[in-house]
Amino acid sequence: MSNSNATLKLSGLEPLIVTPETNFVNVGERTNVTGSRKFLRLIKEELFDEALSVAREQVEGGAQIIDINMDEGMIDGKEAMVRFLNLIAAEPDIARVPVMIDSSKWEIIEAGLKCVQGKGVVNSISLKEGEEQFVEYATKIKRYGAAVIVMAFDEDGQADSYERRIEICERSYRVLVDKVKFPKEDIIFDPNIFPVATGMEEHNNNALDFFRATKWIRENLPGAHVSGGVSNVSFSFRGNNVVREAMHAAFLYHAIQNGMDMGIVNPSMLEVYDDIDKQLLEYIEDVLLNRRDDATERLLEHAQTVSGEGKVRVVDLSWRETNVKERLAHALVKGITDYIEEDTEECRLTFERPIEVIEGPLMDGMNIVGDLFGSGKMFLPQVVKSARVMKKAVAYLLPFIEEEKGGEQSFAGRVLMATVKGDVHDIGKNIVGVVLSCNNYEVIDMGVMVAPEKIIEEAIAQKVDVIGLSGLITPSLDEMVTVAKEMERADLSIPLMIGGATTSKVHTAVKIDEHFTKDQAIHVLDASRSVTVVEQLLGSKKPDFIKGIETEYSRVREHHAKNRAQKQLLSLDQARANKFQIDWEQESIAKPNFLGRKEISVTTAELIPFIDWTPFFRTWELHGKYPAILNDEVVGEEATKLFADAKEMLNSIANENWLQHKGIIGIFPANAVEDDILIYDPEDETKQISVQHAMRQQTKKAAGVTNIALSDFIAPVDSGKKDYIGGFVVTSGIGIDSKVEAFEADHDDYNSILIKALADRLAEAFAEYGHKLVRTDIWGYSKDESLDNDELIKEKYVGIRPAPGYPACPDHTEKIGLFELLDATNATGVELTDSLAMTPTAAVSGWYFASPHSKYFGIGKITGEQVKSLAERKEMELHVMERWLSPNLH
Amino acid sequence: MNRIQEILQERILVLDGAMGTMIQRHTLEEEHFRTNWFEDHPSSLKGNNDLLSLTQPEIIKEIHSVYFEAGADIAETNTFSGTTIAQADYGLESAVYDINFHSAKIAREVADEFTAREPHKPRFVAGSMGPTNRTASISPDVNDPGFRAISFDELVTAYKQQANALIDGGVDLLLVETVFDTLNAKAALFAIDEVLTERELDLPIMVSGTITDQSGRTLTGQTTEAFLISISHMNLLSVGLNCALGASMMRPYLQVLNKKAPFNVSAHPNAGLPNEFGEYDETPELMAAQIKEFLDEGLVNIIGGCCGTTPDHIKAIADLSANYTPRKQLVDVE
Repeated sequence: MSNSNATLKLSGLEPLIVTPETNFVNVGERTNVTGSRKFLRLIKEELFDEALSVAREQVEGGAQIIDINMDEGMIDGKEAMVRFLNLIAAEPDIARVPVMIDSSKWEIIEAGLKCVQGKGVVNSISLKEGEEQFVEYATKIKRYGAAVIVMAFDEDGQADSYERRIEICERSYRVLVDKVKFPKEDIIFDPNIFPVATGMEEHNNNALDFFRATKWIRENLPGAHVSGGVSNVSFSFRGNNVVREAMHAAFLYHAIQNGMDMGIVNPSMLEVYDDIDKQLLEYIEDVLLNRRDDATERLLEHAQTVSGEGKVRVVDLSWRETNVKERLAHALVKGITDYIEEDTEECRLTFERPIEVIEGPLMDGMNIVGDLFGSGKMFLPQVVKSARVMKKAVAYLLPFIEEEKGGEQSFAGRVLMATVKGDVHDIGKNIVGVVLSCNNYEVIDMGVMVAPEKIIEEAIAQKVDVIGLSGLITPSLDEMVTVAKEMERADLSIPLMIGGATTSKVHTAVKIDEHFTKDQAIHVLDASRSVTVVEQLLGSKKPDFIKGIETEYSRVREHHAKNRAQKQLLSLDQARANKFQIDWEQESIAKPNFLGRKEISVTTAELIPFIDWTPFFRTWELHGKYPAILNDEVVGEEATKLFADAKEMLNSIANENWLQHKGIIGIFPANAVEDDILIYDPEDETKQISVQHAMRQQTKKAAGVTNIALSDFIAPVDSGKKDYIGGFVVTSGIGIDSKVEAFEADHDDYNSILIKALADRLAEAFAEYGHKLVRTDIWGYSKDESLDNDELIKEKYVGIRPAPGYPACPDHTEKIGLFELLDATNATGVELTDSLAMTPTAAVSGWYFASPHSKYFGIGKITGEQVKSLAERKEMELHVMERWLSPNLH
Repeated sequence: MNRIQEILQERILVLDGAMGTMIQRHTLEEEHFRTNWFEDHPSSLKGNNDLLSLTQPEIIKEIHSVYFEAGADIAETNTFSGTTIAQADYGLESAVYDINFHSAKIAREVADEFTAREPHKPRFVAGSMGPTNRTASISPDVNDPGFRAISFDELVTAYKQQANALIDGGVDLLLVETVFDTLNAKAALFAIDEVLTERELDLPIMVSGTITDQSGRTLTGQTTEAFLISISHMNLLSVGLNCALGASMMRPYLQVLNKKAPFNVSAHPNAGLPNEFGEYDETPELMAAQIKEFLDEGLVNIIGGCCGTTPDHIKAIADLSANYTPRKQLVDVE
């Protein structure tokens, strides 16, 4: 879409808009192998880092477009063009400006056009090979979305006079505008800048003709722009930079006056027009404007007297004057590799050990990068570049580090990195990989879309120290949870790092860490922090570090639970409408082998295999999973001692009958009515003997997620199906009081705490034992179950045994009904205190649900409406009910 | 002038909402992605949503239908990943023609039903052309920044195939969307230009870029205006923004397009930002309230929703935008 007064708009990462007010667009010329011997050498020798520095210098020096030319017989121009443009794309401080793809070969131009995301300029096409070719190229350029420089050149050759210039430019313009429909504003003419003061008379008008043709084009070819290679004009004065710089300035001054609005100029070869010595300026303008017949001789003569180095380059190197740490930080932030080795060396000499350079100044610099990236002040390509600078510095230091180690190449650790299944984004992961390898970690990169089983297989085969998972898309979050679960299942005690755009500390703490008990899952905010994290995970302070993380994550989880709860709540009716659905029509309900109440007894020896030891150690503030904790570097020794004492006491408990275990279990017919579970007499199933009042989740759920109550797991009355519920109370605390008293009398706090902790564990083991008995025998719905203790702890069994006062039924007052139903106090000696706690404390009570659909869940926040409903159903006073449920009340 | 261009003079058109979010409502398992078409395919296909146009056409039809019902004027075909490049991850390059053809056909059928029923509100089908999962401007290998995992020519070949199949299937327009690398988009436009020239067709083209965060840039580092300039060589029906951001965060960048774009301006933001669990939980009311600001400012001609939006969101947006006149294109662009 163009109209006559549209402006030329180009783009790199940022826009370049050429308006009449722009005055003049300065095109950098140093990245041109035909114009710069240095650049040619760098390309020939494939010193691309330095070649990029040339480009960067130009942009820093004020070039608004950079001209890139690879036309040299000794190099593969097409390959060099593609390589260089691709490299530039990774350098945001260069790529911010548009590029000018400069070649006399169409093949190179087209290859270049395929590499630039912005709108660049093609330099150049012309009518040299005829109109047909010209039209074909122009059509393609339009399709690639670039502007074009058109040389004043036709089938008869290059325009060298004013008349030929305007004739060719006008013809080209008409073809482009009328035939190709090329946007007028995207046409830039180069009416040929030729040298002046050559001594040949026919060249005397070279500059003047250019000025006049420029003026004509700007006045007669609407929209079109004029450009040219300025340094050509001073060709005769090579070696005399003072004259050349002054001549460029003077030429530009007049050309711009006449309407030239773009030009290829080396800004470091340019004097300021007003600063030109007046005498010199006069001689130069005489030549440019062909004002005197002897203009050339006079300038040549004068030139002998003014020679020298010319202007000093204006690249800002002031940062080189700061101290070495700041220089390293600057180089990392700016991604400049030019001085990194010398700076790293300087820094190394100030430290005792080379590794300290990495741990100190270099990581400090990377942390700045991390902060800038995190706050959106740097973007991805820049960070990648910083990582490369880091890598160079580290590569420089590595030999020193190895020398220190006695010449052995050894890694600080082995890290497996993978983008999870279903996700193909790997940029972040790659950055982490680079940063880690910079820090002497061996990185095993499994790539993208890696299935959990592959990750686990590889982690085991390679004996990795850390696993890092990455992902960008939201489904990857679930995949990460799957990996964590699989690691748990495979018993992999390897720390798990989580990273990627959609990951968060909250998700890691709430969804991943919860499923992963074998080691720690840690969210790593960004690549620069990955090193510190891995370092700590593999170092001697790991337990402290993990403890810190655990504390933080439990806080995050609590906070999250609170936040979550503050979310919108549904009305009770809405929540009920979204109940957990079971197709009762299809459901086959296991009829219990036994109905009624039944006392159960067990010995300590029988319970020992059911003990879950990990919470036992936690009671003693020893953090870690059993049995790994026994070999833990820090707490292992203490844990082992404690464990020995515990086992000794267990022997006494078992053999000297210190503690006795009593339990009561009951199974009853039951049906649900709304949220209540009506419990019937096994002898007379029409007779209701108790009601359990279930609470229902009311937080608003995502589509497809239900608002559960325990009653959802029991067939409703109107289903016509017979269903059942169980209950239990068990204790392992009979006899404990006398023992505790004895220890305390002896001032033996240690054994006093020890026996309490063991009794608690035994009670839990009893509950586990009893549940198994119910599943396999008394109720018998899971006759063929064969689960080991570990699987029991992980609740792999069918059915649940939620306890009143815990998340799925937070209402402690339900214990009253449970105890009455089972006549529990008479059977077990366990009593309920006023605050409904059980004594002895080593006791567990709960309900049994056998449905294969049943699962543990948390009620979360509920509304006053539900509290009121519960109070009415339970015939309790509202304020009493409110007091009991206050932690859940919204 | 094309019919859609005429209508755009009169009112704001509504684009549909998220396809993925709606698909997620069905609990689809591996076998659903295989039904009748890919029963024996050697690798897992679950999650390859574009296949559902073939294996579960009723679900996709239903989704188009509920969006039209909600007030959408334009449906996007279920072809976001319908290129040989994106499908290569599943080894299903050979299915690309079918995916696009049938996706377009399904959407066409539903659109025609609605148009027949409500002739005053014709429904359109936009062939969705996603960014693929490779970037032509960024190296996937940090150690070799000059490396490219995909070339412009490969992208052109893939996009030509997609565009041809979409056109065969009957789309009204093509939508190059979620542009995070402008070079990929330029390849898509190059391909479309070639296809339209070869077929002597004139189909409206929409382009929609993705500003990834508050830095205001695309993933490959371009500012909104640089992005606009880079794709302005084509005569587009519209240029706009989608994905990554919620409506309010998108606003400053839409203001840039409003001021500078010589085309219609479109926006289909996400339903807010994903929460820690990757769920979009911005309600239709909240989203509409932010979109109201766009409309008050007269920033857009086409409005819809991206990730996390549902028919409820689209209905809220459609009801709201019915009260507004479309953005007036600025005559003097600069």
